Amino acid sequence: MADDLSTPAWMTEKGTGGCQCLSLGRARRDSAIQKTIIGMSQAIRGSVFSEQIAGRPGLLQETDPRVKTVGLLGLLVVASFLRNWYIILGLYGLTLAMAAASRISLRFFIKRVWFFIPLFAGIIALPSLFSIFRPGDPLWTIWDFGGEVTLGPWSLGTGLAITHQGLKGAVVLILRVATSVSLAVLLALTTRWADLLKALRVFLVPRIFVLILSMTYRYIFLILGLATDMFTARTSRLVGNSSPGEDRHFIASSMATLLSKSHALSEDVYSAMISRGYTGEPLTLHQFRTNRGDWLWLASILLFGAAALGSDLLIG
Amino acid sequence: MHIPDGYLSPQTAGGMWALVVPAWYWAGYKVKSTFSSRQAPLVAIGAAFTFVIMMFNIPLPGGTTGHAVGGTIMAIVIGPWATVIAITVALVIQAVFFGDGGILALGANCFNIAFILPVTGYFTYKLLAKGAAPGSSRLWLVAGIGAWAGLNIAAFFTAVEFGLQGELFKAADGSALYSPYGLSTTIPAMMGPHLLVVGMIEAVMTSLVYVFLTRTNATMLNNYAGVKAAAAGSFKLKPLVVGIVLLLVCAPLGLLATGTAWGEWRTEDIHKEIGYVPEGMDHFAGRWEGFLPEYAFPKNGEVTAGETTGASEAEAPVSMPGVWKSTPAYLISGVLGLLLVSGMALMAMRLLTGKSRNKEQLG
Repeated sequence: MADDLSTPAWMTEKGTGGCQCLSLGRARRDSAIQKTIIGMSQAIRGSVFSEQIAGRPGLLQETDPRVKTVGLLGLLVVASFLRNWYIILGLYGLTLAMAAASRISLRFFIKRVWFFIPLFAGIIALPSLFSIFRPGDPLWTIWDFGGEVTLGPWSLGTGLAITHQGLKGAVVLILRVATSVSLAVLLALTTRWADLLKALRVFLVPRIFVLILSMTYRYIFLILGLATDMFTARTSRLVGNSSPGEDRHFIASSMATLLSKSHALSEDVYSAMISRGYTGEPLTLHQFRTNRGDWLWLASILLFGAAALGSDLLIG
Repeated sequence: MHIPDGYLSPQTAGGMWALVVPAWYWAGYKVKSTFSSRQAPLVAIGAAFTFVIMMFNIPLPGGTTGHAVGGTIMAIVIGPWATVIAITVALVIQAVFFGDGGILALGANCFNIAFILPVTGYFTYKLLAKGAAPGSSRLWLVAGIGAWAGLNIAAFFTAVEFGLQGELFKAADGSALYSPYGLSTTIPAMMGPHLLVVGMIEAVMTSLVYVFLTRTNATMLNNYAGVKAAAAGSFKLKPLVVGIVLLLVCAPLGLLATGTAWGEWRTEDIHKEIGYVPEGMDHFAGRWEGFLPEYAFPKNGEVTAGETTGASEAEAPVSMPGVWKSTPAYLISGVLGLLLVSGMALMAMRLLTGKSRNKEQLG
């Protein structure tokens, strides 16, 4: 009898499956399903946090969304044309100043920008530093072959070196990527989603597209919730491990179910819209009003952009 | 496949916007004529669905995970054109709010992921599924093959866009200004993993979803065919627009051509080739320069032979200022030419048939 009451062996086995919500420390390796649940909740948390920052008082938050979008996108175009890395660095400095003036914690801002995208650019640009991938003037010779070495049809040159051109190209790429990401992050962090959508009308984006964008944004959260529920429900019923193959099947059937649910939902939403009198022609309210500060901000941004482009052309 | 900002030159990014806008216009037209006022909720919720499933981690052999786009299965369910708009919307939200993919690079990303991927995936599926009985096992297989093909064609376009940066845009000292690698590096680097891994994820997931829908909700798989048949009308512009889009896609290839087209020599070229210029040619040459001579903008009102041509740029070591001036001019010339020719063709059609499209639609 006593044997029957002891915990079965399969329950005491340590596995990566099952809910680890309460486990202390880091799980050995999150399963694909747990990674998805975490990713989805981070997306929701991230956008709620963005809306909070957009609601705080600050330079960019108080600028008219249309003026701000034009100004920041203008700087994005300027950043893409610049060739001199000192000037790109100057523009990056401007984004930091704007972030500080908008009361965004610089530590948070720098972490948000640099983590992943410019870091990834650095990894991508790494091989291009070396002469065997991009020949150029050697800056630091690591290994002198003592003569030209060929590997089949490929010539490896006369030595392995970090080239002047490779280093400059990598610095320009990383700085340009970081500056562009900073400008995009500034726009996203300091503007409420609804305001940004209305600002899109300045760029002659069709009204129907703006309507679709706003509906999509709303339903992303609903569908994220549905998906999280499906994944959590499965995880909560799971004891022990599931194989990657089983996970793939589960994810595929979740996708199919979600597709069916979304399609049914779109029919429901359509009926609801028709019942409210929707005719296919969306209407939007315009309640923006620009003030002198907005125009002053835009003028200084444009001036900065023009000065950056001009000096870049002069210095080269 | 999402290209961040900073990797593409503004010329390429701008060129990709010029390519994707007609694709959006065409997709928008098709969606409106197929779904009428139903389009907004259908596309919006389709976009939200795409956005969410792109976040699903799919376990791969070896313990890592990847993600699928789901463009082909979406195209099978709601049609390729609604999918173009839906993935576009998802990409816009990813770029603006989640920093996934650049904002200037949105034109390129939408062209590759929202246009090329679902459209080529869907039409590959349609082509291979021809004659298959509903519910046959061939269908889920060809859905997977379509998804694999669509994803890889899109990856190829992405690789070419990356590779052009390394080939064309360099500073005076030869250092790279944007993505540093040429086509010979980017094409194998992109295509290897996409042909073997990423494309396979897309194919396997598409097939699994297809099988699941066949078993549980088969009407959804025939939904688009039904809506399309109901909305079918006579639309004779289709071949023309398809042709124009194809031409637009191929047009930038001209930037890579070297030398002069056979038989289109200028008098200087003739002199170089045969040593003299025939008298009659010399007499008529240069009578008409065109307002965008050699597809480039005139510099201070004059054109220096050999300085503004795309051909001589390709022969000489390409430097940034040259490409800066010639590439947008070449693209704008192309678009202007295309608009002129299409406008003339439409006018000729109207004159010949004696009725406008509006009347046709009303009747």
